[in-house]
Amino acid sequence: MATVGRALLILGLVVAVYGIAASLYGARTGRRAWVDSGRRSMYAIAGLMTSAFLILEVAFLRSDFSYTIVSNASSTTTPTLYKAAAVWSTQQGSLLLWVFLLSLWSSLALFLTRRRVREIAPYATAILLGFCTFFIALATLFANPFTTTSSPPAEGAGLDPLLRHTTMMIHPPMVYTGYTMLTIPFAFALAALITGRLNAEWIQVTRRFALAAWLALGIGVLLGARWSYTELGWGGYWAWDPVENAALMPWLLSTAFLHSIMIQEKRGMLKVWNVSLILASGTMAIVGTFLVRSGILSSIHAFVSDPTLNISFVVLIAVMMIASVGLVTHRRAALRSESQLDSLFSREAVFLLQNLVLVALTAVIFWLTFFPLISEAITGTEQSIGPPTFRPFVVPLALILVLLSGIGPIIAWRRVTVANLRRSFTFPVAVALATLLVLEVLVGGIGGHVFALLMFCVGAFALAAVAQEFFRGVRARRAMTHEAAPVALFSLVKRNRRRYGGYTVHAGLAVLLIGVAGSSSFQHSRYATMKPGQSTRIDGYDIRYVRPTATASPEKISFGAILDVTKGGHHVTTVHTSYGLYPSQNPSLGVIGRFFNSGSVESRIGLDAGFTHDIWTVVNVGNAGPLQGLITEGDRKFASALAAIQRQPAADQQSQLTELFALRDQLINELTQRFVTHPWPVQFLLIVSPLVTWLWLGGIIVAFGGLIALWPIPVLVRHRVRSAVYARRLAREPA
Amino acid sequence: MVAFLLVMVAAAAVVLVVSSPFRRAETDTADAVDPKTATKVADLEAAKESKYREIRDAELDHRMGKLSDEDFASTDHTLRAEAIDIIDALDRSEET
Repeated sequence: MATVGRALLILGLVVAVYGIAASLYGARTGRRAWVDSGRRSMYAIAGLMTSAFLILEVAFLRSDFSYTIVSNASSTTTPTLYKAAAVWSTQQGSLLLWVFLLSLWSSLALFLTRRRVREIAPYATAILLGFCTFFIALATLFANPFTTTSSPPAEGAGLDPLLRHTTMMIHPPMVYTGYTMLTIPFAFALAALITGRLNAEWIQVTRRFALAAWLALGIGVLLGARWSYTELGWGGYWAWDPVENAALMPWLLSTAFLHSIMIQEKRGMLKVWNVSLILASGTMAIVGTFLVRSGILSSIHAFVSDPTLNISFVVLIAVMMIASVGLVTHRRAALRSESQLDSLFSREAVFLLQNLVLVALTAVIFWLTFFPLISEAITGTEQSIGPPTFRPFVVPLALILVLLSGIGPIIAWRRVTVANLRRSFTFPVAVALATLLVLEVLVGGIGGHVFALLMFCVGAFALAAVAQEFFRGVRARRAMTHEAAPVALFSLVKRNRRRYGGYTVHAGLAVLLIGVAGSSSFQHSRYATMKPGQSTRIDGYDIRYVRPTATASPEKISFGAILDVTKGGHHVTTVHTSYGLYPSQNPSLGVIGRFFNSGSVESRIGLDAGFTHDIWTVVNVGNAGPLQGLITEGDRKFASALAAIQRQPAADQQSQLTELFALRDQLINELTQRFVTHPWPVQFLLIVSPLVTWLWLGGIIVAFGGLIALWPIPVLVRHRVRSAVYARRLAREPA
Repeated sequence: MVAFLLVMVAAAAVVLVVSSPFRRAETDTADAVDPKTATKVADLEAAKESKYREIRDAELDHRMGKLSDEDFASTDHTLRAEAIDIIDALDRSEET
């Protein structure tokens, strides 16, 4: 089937090139059949890439080691669900996933717009097919997932232990969904610039896909943070790592776009800004893919790197940038604003300020992310940048952002009066001041953490502002319809999905950033080396190492620890953390040694997550040091036994080898159990971190709000206006 | 041999999908709408929907106390006048 896979890729490449030519020819000559044929090329590519991806998935699920990437990234002992996810742990599989998702989402976009944006669509099709051509060419020429070997190994190397995590099954496809979806508004924006059709319909089409991309990317980023928190064993969820930043930057830019596009819709303003934002978001999505795939910046999230792809990606990014800048400059006359800001006290002004903050945030993150490369280019030495460098810039900007997310919903479009401002701001400001009072006076202050205190206050302000909006909206609806409150709330949200979906997102963002401020400012962490029965104390909690655990299987050896947590003599929780060692396929490490000294390890954290705080632990057993003497002796004895068996007649060897390997498994099990019978001191990282749950909860609220805003609005009744009288009646009754 | 057949089937399916617009091109031409008119109507429809949403937003803002009566009256008047202009333009486009 590998031959079929390779052929499907080549066929896809041919169809993509044909589709570009057909779309452009159709657009230039006005011949609809060619335009439709170009669009259908994308459907065909979606079918071909789906088939190719399925072939690869089946190869992984069947542990077909004749495929090079299957033997490199999977094994017979890898659990089935992880075998399926192992496809995108490889460079080749991940590029195929990219083009598979791109063709799928592009097909959906082109299908939904097949009777709309008729002048723009052929060019957008050609641009999307251009992206397909690029990625299929990479998969065909530089990173072919269907490369096979004539002598497949009996066992594969297995999936990287760090990737054996449930979120890793969803996180990469989600981030890639966000990246690939961002190319859709990019393509439509560029096509609108090419044709000069920079009208209301273009915005309608683009906004919806930008929102879907924003939602998918946001969920992907959050899942990545969750993976980092529960898998990587350092206790954090965000390290300002290049790959994390690469996904965050297009998300920030698309957030800015989703707000400022409303100003263009309502006022015909910020046209250059909006088109630039969405073009920049699309370009940043490719930059993000480039960072993950190339490995030019070291990252805890990058598991493969291939410098041969660098030039191709740099060329693509350069083409995207030149085309974007060139076309925006060329169309600057058509992109002139139709009106001006009526007042600085209006929602437009708040959105504009929010946009500036988001773009400033992106610029800071971009500069600091690429600073190691820039410093290396200038000084010859790569300067490493860590989270402390980001904080002084990012924290104040995040504070302003949360504040604006509270002001935005309560301020009206166009202009507001002082009386209306007072009416809208009184409750949220009172809640913010009450929060300050409670934290400073009643709780006794929060010990010099000024930014955290400010974040709690502006977060409370934003939450109160959103709550007030919902309350007033329900009240206004009830006054009109006399519905019960829950029914009025449902109807209100249903009739104004964009508005109330957006407000829900704002509330979620406030909750999320309160969680970030709390967990990063008030975290307590310490390392402790303990033997069973010993205790240590952290943030008022007594943590006792109750007993060790150990298991051995052909897949991995696991050393664990059960810890009992008490506070003031009362039992709080019991947590179990473990340290897994995966066997190496390298025979030079010894028959026994390869199970203990592979270097392929994973940490399973012990976590007790709560609404106010998390108790987080991880054990580090190292390379099972006290067992090394026994391991070396075992290796020596097994090597000589193996040599003795190999000197026997071939007919006798199999039964003796089976016996020897059964003995080996027994010995590995006994060695592993020595961790329980003869425990040695092991190191624990113990963390008590407040409000981490708020972060995940905030993320879920953001996603929920995004879904409300994205949910399709029933097609508005398209009245055929036949008379001026009817037109006037429609204008009086827009709902 | 099986692989060759599968690739041939895939290629045939691709040709079928991609070439279908040419096979029915003649029937489509008969009821085709002038693309320029269709684009203009679609533009205006989108502008109309956007304007209606703006009017609804202003009404909701007013009912919630975010807009004073005077501000609402002025904004609403402007928005409705703009909506009528769009509908008139739609009328004209559909008549031509």
